[in-house]
Order: sequence, then C-alpha cells, then structure tokens
Amino acid sequence: MWMRQNPIFSFLLKKRLNVAFKRRYSTHFNFYPSTVAASEGETNRLNLFQAVNNALDIALASDPSTCIFGEDVAFGGVFRCTIGLQDKYGKDRVFNTPLSEQGIVGFGIGLAVVGATSIAEIQFADYIFPAFDQIVNEASKFRYRSGNHFDCGSLTIRAPCGAVGHGALYHSQSVESFFAHIPGIKVVMPRGPIQAKGLLLSCIRDKNPCIFFEPKILYRVAVEHVPVKDYVLPLSKADVVIEGDHLTMVGWGTQVHILQEVCQMAQDMLNISCEVIDLQTIIPWDKETVINSVKKTGRLLIAHEAPITAGFGAEIAATIQNECFLHLEAPVFRVAGYDTPFPHVYEPFYIPDKWKCFDAVKKLINY
Amino acid sequence: MFKSCLFRVLSFQRSFRLLANDRYVRPSIARCSSSKLSTSEAKVNTNNDRPQFPGSRSEWTQKLAFTRNTDYDGIPVYRVMNRDGSIIDESQDPNLGEAKITKIYKGMTLLNTMDRVLYESQRQGRISFYMTSFGEEGTHFGSAAALNDDDLVFGQYREGGVIMWRGFNLQQVMDQCYGNIDGNDKGRQMPVHYGDKNLHFVTISSTLATQMPQAVGAAYHFKRQANGKVVICYFGEGASSEGDAHAALNFAATLDCPIIFFCRNNGYAISTPTHEQYRGDGIAGRGSGYGIASIRVDGNDTLAVYNVTAAARNYCIEESKPVLIEAMTYRIGHHSTSDDSSAYRSVDEVRYWHQQDHPISRLRKYMELKGLWDDAKEKEWKEESRRQVLQAFVAAEKKPKPNVIEMFTDVYNEMPDNLRSQYNDLKAHLKVYKEHYPIKNFNELTEELC
Repeated sequence: MWMRQNPIFSFLLKKRLNVAFKRRYSTHFNFYPSTVAASEGETNRLNLFQAVNNALDIALASDPSTCIFGEDVAFGGVFRCTIGLQDKYGKDRVFNTPLSEQGIVGFGIGLAVVGATSIAEIQFADYIFPAFDQIVNEASKFRYRSGNHFDCGSLTIRAPCGAVGHGALYHSQSVESFFAHIPGIKVVMPRGPIQAKGLLLSCIRDKNPCIFFEPKILYRVAVEHVPVKDYVLPLSKADVVIEGDHLTMVGWGTQVHILQEVCQMAQDMLNISCEVIDLQTIIPWDKETVINSVKKTGRLLIAHEAPITAGFGAEIAATIQNECFLHLEAPVFRVAGYDTPFPHVYEPFYIPDKWKCFDAVKKLINY
Repeated sequence: MFKSCLFRVLSFQRSFRLLANDRYVRPSIARCSSSKLSTSEAKVNTNNDRPQFPGSRSEWTQKLAFTRNTDYDGIPVYRVMNRDGSIIDESQDPNLGEAKITKIYKGMTLLNTMDRVLYESQRQGRISFYMTSFGEEGTHFGSAAALNDDDLVFGQYREGGVIMWRGFNLQQVMDQCYGNIDGNDKGRQMPVHYGDKNLHFVTISSTLATQMPQAVGAAYHFKRQANGKVVICYFGEGASSEGDAHAALNFAATLDCPIIFFCRNNGYAISTPTHEQYRGDGIAGRGSGYGIASIRVDGNDTLAVYNVTAAARNYCIEESKPVLIEAMTYRIGHHSTSDDSSAYRSVDEVRYWHQQDHPISRLRKYMELKGLWDDAKEKEWKEESRRQVLQAFVAAEKKPKPNVIEMFTDVYNEMPDNLRSQYNDLKAHLKVYKEHYPIKNFNELTEELC
C-alpha cells in the first residue's frame, strides 16, 4: 500500500508509537485497540480508513464483478477510504456518480440484481435519507416480493456515521435505528479496524443487502494490527469484549470504547465487574449473547449515540425484559443521545459520555 | 499531460496534509463535490475568446435573452401508418412478415380479452385488484417485439403485454393475480405485479420510478460484461416526475449505459392530467437536457413503436449510450379497479380514443390491407382467446394459496432466528385459534394444525 511508503505516514506511525496507547484523541473517548492471535498470520498497522480500504481492495481483487461508486470516491474519497483503488482497478470499477443518493442506491440495486458485487458509498449517513425509499421499499424487499426470482443480495452500502466533535446536525447522526425497522436488510457497525475489515468483507459477500456504518471519528484515531489475509467476521454475532459478573453493558461503534473505559472506572472506583458487549450487527441482532450475559449479571446498561426514543436500545431493552424477567435485579437502563437534533457547540453535553454511563452503572448497582 | 501530473501531485500533497493532521480535519468533513483534481480530464480551451467555465461548452453572447420552452416546436410524433392502417411512407414499413405480425396482433388482443375478464372478476370480488392496459397494447407488443428476448426489462405495472410476449402464459398471469400456490411471487404482492427471471422481466413493485435508477445499474453491468444485451425501462409520464427518474436519466448519461427509457405518456396519472404534471415539451423534451438521444412516437402505431425501439436498441449497442422514447398514447381504461375515471374526464373523450384511434383496430386494418387477416380469422381467434382465458382463470381460482411459511421465507436468503421463532409462534397460535382464520384455503395448513 502506498501509505506505507509515504514518508509522512511513516513519521506518523513512529510518532504514535511513542505515545501511550490510551492517549486522549478526542474530548469524549479513548480508543481501546483490539488484538488478534498470532495464528491469524501477518498483520499491518492500519487505522480504520485504511482497514476499509484494504477490505475494498480485497473485494475488488477477489471478484471481477465488484464495482465501487458514490460521490467523490474516484480520487480516494473525502475520508480516503477508496484511495488508490481507481488507479489499481480502473475507472469502470471505481467511479464517481452524480450527486444523488437515491440514484446511487438505486443504481447499486440494479448492479446487484444482475449479479454484480455492488459497493455503494453514501458520503455521510446523514445523507442516506434521500435513498431511504430505495433501501426500505426496494433493496430490502427485492427477494421477498419476487418469490426469490430476483434479489440484490450482493449490494453493500457504506456510510460514515456518528459524532465527530464538530459535525453538528448533518455530519454526526447515528441513523441505525431507522434501518433496524426494515426486514430484509442487515445493518452492521464496527468498533475498530480489525472488525471493520472482517465485517465489511462479510457484508460484501453476504447474500443480503447490507448497510455498513463506519464511525467516522475512528477513521484516523483507531489504529490496530490488522491481519493482512482475507478474512471475514460473522454477521449477527455480538462480541464479548470484556467478561464480567455484575453488570452487562451493550453498545456498538465508538460507544464500545466509552463502555470499556466505564468498565475500568467501575472496577477502580466501585469494585464492580462489568461485561462489555459489542453488538456489531444491529439487525438481525445477536439476542442470545446478550440474553446469556444478562442472565449471568442480572443488570443491563445499553448505550448509543442516537436519540433515546425509539433508538435501538429500546428494542434490546424490550427483548431483555421479556426474556430475562426473572433474572433482572434492576430495570434496564439506557444512556443515549437526547431527543434533539445533534447540536454543534453543545456536543460535549449531548453525547452519552463515560460520566453519564458511569452514573448509570452506579444507579444500576445501587438500585 | 503535464497538467494532469501536476494535479496528481497536488492531490497527493492534499492527502498528506489530511494524514498529517492528527485531529479531525475540518476541510474533509465539508460535503465536498468539487474535489476532482486528480481525476479531472477537463481540457482547458486555448481560445481565450471562448468561455472557460468547466461546467459548460457554449459561447459568449451580448444579448440578454432567456431560453424559453416556446422558442422551439415540440418534438414531432413519429408514425408509420395512419389511422386507417395504411402506410404513409413505404420506406418505413418494417414488413415484419406474417408470423411475427400475427403474433403481435394475437398478443394484443389476448391481453385485451384477459383484461376484460380479470377486470370483471375484480368487480365480482374474485380477485382483489386489477389494472387494465386498454389503449396501450401497441406500446407493449411493438417494443417487446423489437427487443431480444434476453434483454432485461424493468417495468412500472402497465406492461403486462411485454412479459406475455416473452412467454408468460395466461396461467402464470392468473396464478399471480390469485396469489395461489403457483404464483411466481408466492402470493406476496398485489395482482399485476408480474415478474419472471427466466423471461428476463424484473418483478414489478408498486413504488413508482424506483425501477429507473436500478435499470441503469443493470445496464452498466451489461456494458462491463460486453454481453450485447440492453436494458429497457418502462414508466409512465407521471412517474417521470419522481426524483428517481431524474437520477436515472442523469446516471445513464454520465455513466454511458446501454438502456432504453420507454415512457408511456397516456395523458393521465390517475386523475392528474399532463398539464398538471409538467410544463415542458413532455418527457422526450427533457432528454437533450440530460444529453440523451430522444424520440417521440405514436404509441397507438404498433409498427412505429417497433421501428423506434429497434433503432434505439441498435443505438444503445453501437454507442453504449442511453436512449429516451416517449410513446404518446391514451389510457382508455380506468387507472385501476379502485378508480372511476368518469369523476375527472369525459366519456366522450374516452370514446374518441376507443373508437377512432386504437392500436388494436389500427393494426388490424393494416393486416387486412396486406391480406393477412379477415373477419373469419377474427371471429375464430376471439372465441379461441376467450376460451383460453376462461380456462386459465378457472384453474387459478381452484388452486390453494401457498403454505403460510412462505410469509416468512425469502425475507433474507436464510431464515434468521427471529423469523423462525415468529413462524413457530404463529403456528402455535393457529393451533388454538384456527377457526378464526381461513386455514382451509392455504396449502397443507389444515393437516399441519390437526
């Protein structure tokens, strides 16, 4: 990859190596890198955008029908996720489209209907709504309504999502719960580069239309040793990031890093052992892992950046009270964004940060 | 060459800056549509007397003048035969031959007979919904006959004749409308939402114009495969007001896709007349704005539709570019069985089109002039087609609905746990409350529950 030969990039890596891993990258969270076993083979230090780029590179190399398209993807993308791919694979496989989200997703569905692997980029999740009709009425229902005569299972839609420090209303949204109400699609969000590569390759190869939300604040700050090989991580499978006994915490995307810090705070300040679960796939979600954890701990905290009302936390809470009623020692708590648009200067007060989550842990334990 | 290298260097420096900045970089978050330095191939015009704007290629003017729709005559309507079925310019007669022209005529009349029976059956409450194609049979069969049978079709819902031309038989139509065990969609969609993979006809959905950008995507893949196939995408003039129509035309042009956009301009979108739908020169008038070759054709002249579609197909293949066809016609029937069109248009208007300018009667006159058809053949075919329609109708009515598990399958390629569990819940519920549900109409359900 060209980044590795790039002197400035090498300098960056060296600089990063000299600082503590849990250094502060933003006002609201620390990145907790994942590791893989040595048996996974050779690894590369990649940040999240490079891991996405690597997955796309593998997808293009391993399947000649694969096309990547969207607004400004040709020169590498506004977040650099597609850098170098057009030069490597040609203008007919990695190309710009006109600025129209409904066109991008509709076009992507059409490619997939005739069997091509179709990877569409929506520049920001905030701008996916013009394509909502194509996703909810078309992509998700194609196989069902045609009696399996046609499908668009080889479609993947990628979109940067989530808070970024100063993105305000239209560069910050977490929109997954809108899509969680749509039977027929899969919705996936990684927490770091290792998961991004494995889950994105799963989405690309899954036989169903998938939406892959990439927490944009992690694009540069999340750096991990990512396996070089072509690998996939299973969809609809949650990842128990930290095991614990007293309380279960469920999140996805950036929020998993906040929960890991809260887990440490609870251990240090309250002597509480928390279990942290990264849901990874929003739908169809891994109920079993969460249910088993809550049956063990008896307490559940769900945290997400999106507004609380009808956020995906509500779905998890309702399921857990139904499945784990006799095991629950306290009500299910949700810490989430407020029911307001995502604000500019108030962002530090808006997000479900570690102190809000820590307070919820205290209340759950003392209930 | 030098300039493009320079652009590339600038672009890389720009990426270095982005990388070198440890914090989130503000410029990259701005919604950026103009960052095309590294890929731009725009040539800078060396003639300084001309405008240099990258967004257009026109000349200067010192005259302040708006370009107006009224500056131009409307795009003319291409036709081959007049209303008496006689050819106007012999060079334009496609001379399809007896077998093909008879197949077209029989298809149009069979669709018409089927429409009458199914329309009536809906009136009797035997099927839930129906949409006839009265007056638009010529657009279906004229265009379908000019394509290869493996060219991919994306339709709206009033193109039953296209799939029938490909071999979708009366039984398949009836089975879909009844939602019975043999319906292609397993009883999931409303009637007239046909589709068949083997016939390269993508399943219809109710959402208007959504098929348009999809058709462009499919055409793009055909171009990459260089498989010699084109995509045809049908839509009404009302659907062309949707944002998806705009997206599709623009994508097809910028991505050079071999696709025929076929607009059925029948004067109405349910109750809305065209003067409330648009103020330009119809739909064909928009083509040049997108850089798409466009043509307007008499949709009641099946031979003209055939010629235009055949020429469009050749253009698509040779140029690898889109074409726009606007077929002018008239919706003789109601919009659907849920609509009474006398609430918004006169009976006289409908009668004119039905009696004076109908695609079926015009083609019949043409065939009679050529000695290919006569009253005896007409009488025999009328009886035969009606018998075929009723036979399929009765057979479809007798078939059971699919098993209820089909309500849960095909949501995903494999049934996820939540759907498996919901299916089991439904079956457990039905075991207790079965007398409140129409279980005997559904395949094998009675046996499963007892």
